[in-house]
Amino acid sequence: MSDIPSELKYASSHEWARLEDDGSVVVGISDHAQELLGDVVYVELPEMDAEVAAGDEVAVVESVKAASDIYAPVSGTIIEINDNLEDAPETVNTDSYGDGWMFRIQPSNDGDINELLDADAYAESIADE
Amino acid sequence: MGLKTPFYQHHIDAGAKMVDFGGWDMPINYGSQIDEHQTVRTDAGMFDVSHMTIVDVTGADAKPYLRKLLANDIAKLTESGKALYSGMLNEDGGVIDDLITYYIDDTFYRVVVNASTREKDLAWMEKQAQDFDVKVAHNPDYAMLAVQGPNAIAKTQSVFTDAQKQASKDIGVFFAVESDGLFIARTGYTGEDGYEIMVPLAQVDTFWNALLDAGVKPCGLGARDTLRLEAGMNLYGQDMDETVSPLEANMGWTITWEPADRDFIGRKALEQQKADGVKNKLAGLVLEGKGVMRAHMKVICEDGSIGETTSGTMSPTLKKSIAFARIPKTAGEQVMVEMRGKQVPAKVVKACFVRNGKPLI
Repeated sequence: MSDIPSELKYASSHEWARLEDDGSVVVGISDHAQELLGDVVYVELPEMDAEVAAGDEVAVVESVKAASDIYAPVSGTIIEINDNLEDAPETVNTDSYGDGWMFRIQPSNDGDINELLDADAYAESIADE
Repeated sequence: MGLKTPFYQHHIDAGAKMVDFGGWDMPINYGSQIDEHQTVRTDAGMFDVSHMTIVDVTGADAKPYLRKLLANDIAKLTESGKALYSGMLNEDGGVIDDLITYYIDDTFYRVVVNASTREKDLAWMEKQAQDFDVKVAHNPDYAMLAVQGPNAIAKTQSVFTDAQKQASKDIGVFFAVESDGLFIARTGYTGEDGYEIMVPLAQVDTFWNALLDAGVKPCGLGARDTLRLEAGMNLYGQDMDETVSPLEANMGWTITWEPADRDFIGRKALEQQKADGVKNKLAGLVLEGKGVMRAHMKVICEDGSIGETTSGTMSPTLKKSIAFARIPKTAGEQVMVEMRGKQVPAKVVKACFVRNGKPLI
């Protein structure tokens, strides 16, 4: 059974999103997603200051198996990327909800994050797979 | 539900993630593919290769039959136990399969062919056998384990019977010996030393458990693929198939042209190709930019000519992406690989990246 922290929001495409106190949103991929991918060997992160819309392909995770697109869960501006993944992509496997985070978005619309799934709904969505 | 090898339950017990491979339920990894890869480069790992097919070729004409069937010449095999790698070609010179033949004696050869090609191989071998006094028979009496890595031989020796230790202690590379039921071959598909061992079905459980106790770690098909790619070994169906000439698949060394009157299947087509000029080669690529090369990516050469990757991965040993690519022989040392809409530079090298734990590039 994979780990699905209840304080996070999720996209059905397996990204998690965490609303910070300053209103920004941190994004990574779920434990379930890293499990499906297998060992992650490379992460292509979005450009800093890029304007993205919810659902846009903004990053790529390459595992030993395949390349997978990562979608922006909310619209906004990329204000930080996790450079550490360049040298240690395996962090996505070992700490998918912590040091394995990928990028931070300043949302253009504060309400967007509420459109995402909560932990229970995400758990249900992956149970059907 | 797919076919199950005799080691199936052991994979489940070891926590394997199982996938379909050519109709077989096989372990892709037991947790981390990269850890398994490193285990084989630095210690000893074991792979279930029981899905591969053992075909025994017996009879008075076994030798002339195989000299006709295979592009490499089994007449080179004169010492019992000696093995030979070869392509089995069709009349057009395309590769039906690549395989290993073990010489037992002039009337008994043991051939190991790929899993995914079993039915067509057996059909082809039987068809070609019609004019010969020879019997071609799938041998279902064995499971097969590959134990590979710098410590593979020592750890495997520790579980052998005294007779097996004695029989196998001095066997050379690409030799096999049979002892106390095991058929022990010093071959592999990883670029490391080790054995490929045919295990009688009754000994499967004890042999697997003994190797586990000796510290040999189970490794899956995922690691097997990155290991063979680093070692520069072709995968049938991916790097070559019936539409590809061995001359364009890095298999030129497996074709024995002399004596000129040995009329092996595909010879005429290959001679014609040589006369016309072989256009492509299977080269190695090392990515210089970021990303991971995969199969079927477009390769653009300096002169504008086009090729294609056939296999690609992130090399755990080199920490760079490597690939095999079929590209024009005229290609220079630098190419661009089209990856996800971008062109990324790569260097052209010989298709062999790592041997015995050491980077070659």
